[in-house]
Amino acid sequence: MAGKHCTARSAERLTSTCAVRVSRRSVLCAGVAFGGGLLLGLRLSLGTAAAAAAGTGDFAPDAYIRIGRDGRVALVMPFVEMGQGTYTAIPMLIAEELEVDLDQIRLEHAPADEKLYGNPLLAGVQATGGSTAIRAAWLPLREAGAVARTLLVSAAAARWNVEPGACRARRGAVVHEPSGRSLGYGELAADAARLPLPGKVALKAPAEFRLIGTPVRRLDAPGKVDGTAVFGIDARPAGVKIATLAQSPVFGGRVKSLDDRAARAVRGVRQVVRLDDAVAVVADHMGAALKGLAALAIEWDEGPHARLDSAAILGELEKATDGPGTVAQTVGDVGAALAGAASRVEATYQVPFLAHATMEPMNCTVDLREDGCDVWVGTQVPARAQRAAAQAAGLPLDRVALHNHLIGGGFGRRLEVDGIVRAVEIARHVDGPVKVIWSREEDIQHDLYRPVFFDRLSACLGSDGRPLAWSHRFAGSSVIARWLPQAFNDGLDPDTTDGAIDLLYALPNLRVEYRRVEPPGVPTAFWRSVGPSHNVFVTESFIDELAAAAGQDPVAYRSALLDQAPRARAVLHLAAEKAGWGRPLPAGVGLGVSLQFVFATYMAQVAEVEVSGDGSVRVRRVVCALDCGSVVNPDTIEAQVQGAVVFGITAALYGEITIENGRVVQANFDSYRMLRIDEAPSVEVHIVRNSEPPGGMGEPGTSAIMPAVANAIFAATGKRLRKLPVDPAALKHSA
Amino acid sequence: MAYDITVNGTTHHVDVDGDTPLLWVLRDVLAMTGTKFGCGAGLCGACTVQLDGVATRSCITRVDSLGDAAVTTIEAVGATAAGASVQKAWLEGQVPQCGYCQSGQIMSASALLARNPDPTDAEIDVAMAGNICRCGTYPRIRAAIRAAARSNAKGD
Repeated sequence: MAGKHCTARSAERLTSTCAVRVSRRSVLCAGVAFGGGLLLGLRLSLGTAAAAAAGTGDFAPDAYIRIGRDGRVALVMPFVEMGQGTYTAIPMLIAEELEVDLDQIRLEHAPADEKLYGNPLLAGVQATGGSTAIRAAWLPLREAGAVARTLLVSAAAARWNVEPGACRARRGAVVHEPSGRSLGYGELAADAARLPLPGKVALKAPAEFRLIGTPVRRLDAPGKVDGTAVFGIDARPAGVKIATLAQSPVFGGRVKSLDDRAARAVRGVRQVVRLDDAVAVVADHMGAALKGLAALAIEWDEGPHARLDSAAILGELEKATDGPGTVAQTVGDVGAALAGAASRVEATYQVPFLAHATMEPMNCTVDLREDGCDVWVGTQVPARAQRAAAQAAGLPLDRVALHNHLIGGGFGRRLEVDGIVRAVEIARHVDGPVKVIWSREEDIQHDLYRPVFFDRLSACLGSDGRPLAWSHRFAGSSVIARWLPQAFNDGLDPDTTDGAIDLLYALPNLRVEYRRVEPPGVPTAFWRSVGPSHNVFVTESFIDELAAAAGQDPVAYRSALLDQAPRARAVLHLAAEKAGWGRPLPAGVGLGVSLQFVFATYMAQVAEVEVSGDGSVRVRRVVCALDCGSVVNPDTIEAQVQGAVVFGITAALYGEITIENGRVVQANFDSYRMLRIDEAPSVEVHIVRNSEPPGGMGEPGTSAIMPAVANAIFAATGKRLRKLPVDPAALKHSA
Repeated sequence: MAYDITVNGTTHHVDVDGDTPLLWVLRDVLAMTGTKFGCGAGLCGACTVQLDGVATRSCITRVDSLGDAAVTTIEAVGATAAGASVQKAWLEGQVPQCGYCQSGQIMSASALLARNPDPTDAEIDVAMAGNICRCGTYPRIRAAIRAAARSNAKGD
């Protein structure tokens, strides 16, 4: 039997029968696992406002540790692996306290179950995103490991009739040091399961860590190097057919007429499925499906958005910033300070729609039967995916089995379930299992996009050059309002303003206003580094403008405003020092800096950028200094920053989805360009070590690099770019 | 039409149209899913295999164009000297993140090292520029190729 079903069942049994400890402790219950052995149920939490909002008052665990009678440790993981290294970092937390080696821990994908596996930092949604995993798991998983270790030691001491204090846990066994006797965890698990939970457990001091804080090799790497790693697109249930599809090229359009005779004549094509707003070709293999799709003659009823274009969308946003928005933060009296100023610094900024373009195109495999449905997919939101599939299939939730997979790039795209719903709609018309694979063109043209934003800023400086007043008003989509409506309140949500409010700098008068304006027809979604992907570009560019207006060095200017933020100041100076800030540079080369505190991590970046005579921009080198508090796996942190920087440079230099006649213009990697290896900078990562609670690391590198690049272009050319992506035409002959 | 193609040393008889891309023959007909679909247009390199040792985009390679060429995929590249050293360097350098593009990256890198055991940085860039990595593992890919070249030179 597959372990995960076994675990889910025993978990359910446990939650209904175990004695719950009414405390803020993270280990909620211990009991006997299916097949004997020790099972611990735990809750991940940070006690934050988000967790409190999600709190339902019950004590359902959301992660499980099972120690079998064979001594193997299984961790049922509420988080999904999409490249961020969570399948390695999370087990490290348990292995550290449980005193086992990392290779003694086996990971199991959590089944779809929001009640059991909801993420407390994401309002209880079973989701991996927002750089939250380590933050949510840091204390609870270590405590759980310590509780299990304590129980196992007690069980051994009782067996030997000795004092627990004379026993030590080491590498998956308990050793009685005076006598040299030793028992493996497997031999003790059943006894341990019958003991009451210890009242108190001691966690290791950071100096005692043997795994946490060390560079540990990723557990998922071998399968990703020899081709055996299984992604959603690799699912092959027996008899599976392959389908590909064309969705209405205009947002909101419908199929008006279809001639599928030529498609059905293609060898290997089995059937053509016509839906209200899409057509799918089902075949023996994707080659035939694609050939069939190309042979379809589809006429579309283009619907209400047939004349929509990017300029009109942006125009609406710009207009919206003429009037006041909802005040997200206010300090002092910005109006009075600006009114009394002799001169102001004023600017408008804008950022475009962005697609996710994960390397694994959208896909989902569905086997829909009268009495049930199996879904094979890689998703960041398993429970939501299961619900969506059940609804589309018209089946009760418990008839839908969701098989989650490694994710070939998430970046927020797989927080959405549109592809799963679409696959079920197609599967309703197909006998037996069908794998629906989107072409790259469909993937880019039917994404849900990082929203476009328009920003209006105004500031004035005191006689010392320091900012006296800072006013920032912006308009754009709220992803939260659609994705998690209960978190959108009174015109605001915690994501859309993240990076625009609670700035690090001393700003005696500040006002930030947001106006929610949804682009008609164009769906919007979370995208790596989410709210800060827009806000940090704007705020860190504008503070650079203020430094220039004050005639001061960008690093020194920022530093002078950081008396209340010593950790931020430390990473700023470290990045500047390591990058050789202030050294002479050749013509056309500039250094630009950025500083941020988002996802609970302090980060400064210095980008070294070269602008050629034709206006093309090359990022040569990036130096990043960060303070994310406690470090779990420094090698993963370095990798995440390297990757996030490349992701952000792609956006800064090339990223733009434009709409013409209701259609996305870009289609494949020729028109929606990605940074390639010959354009990639060296990326140096410097980590400030301390034992503060850990911050998130998947996202911050992306938001930080965009203003660093724009500020470096200013340093190299004197041209201030207030619109992304970079327009080389605007930089021609400027260096 | 039916075609006999040689993949990883084994001959397979496949009955598909001649214009069927090799990628889909591998994945959907022969059930070898290590080779990945990324763009279908030869733009991203996720589908890279080797034809007689040359890195080739299988998504735009028709099955009727193969002739007698020997197809090598990620499933068997470890049996070649260059492939084994690249896979080892990839693990030691902890290259993969999401991992989806890495089959193609490894096929391109092994083809490079098989014909040029000691490539310059510029030669690495040229050979690898056709392989996109959305996770941004480029700095580590560069370092791993250099490490594999060094280990080949030492003969280990």
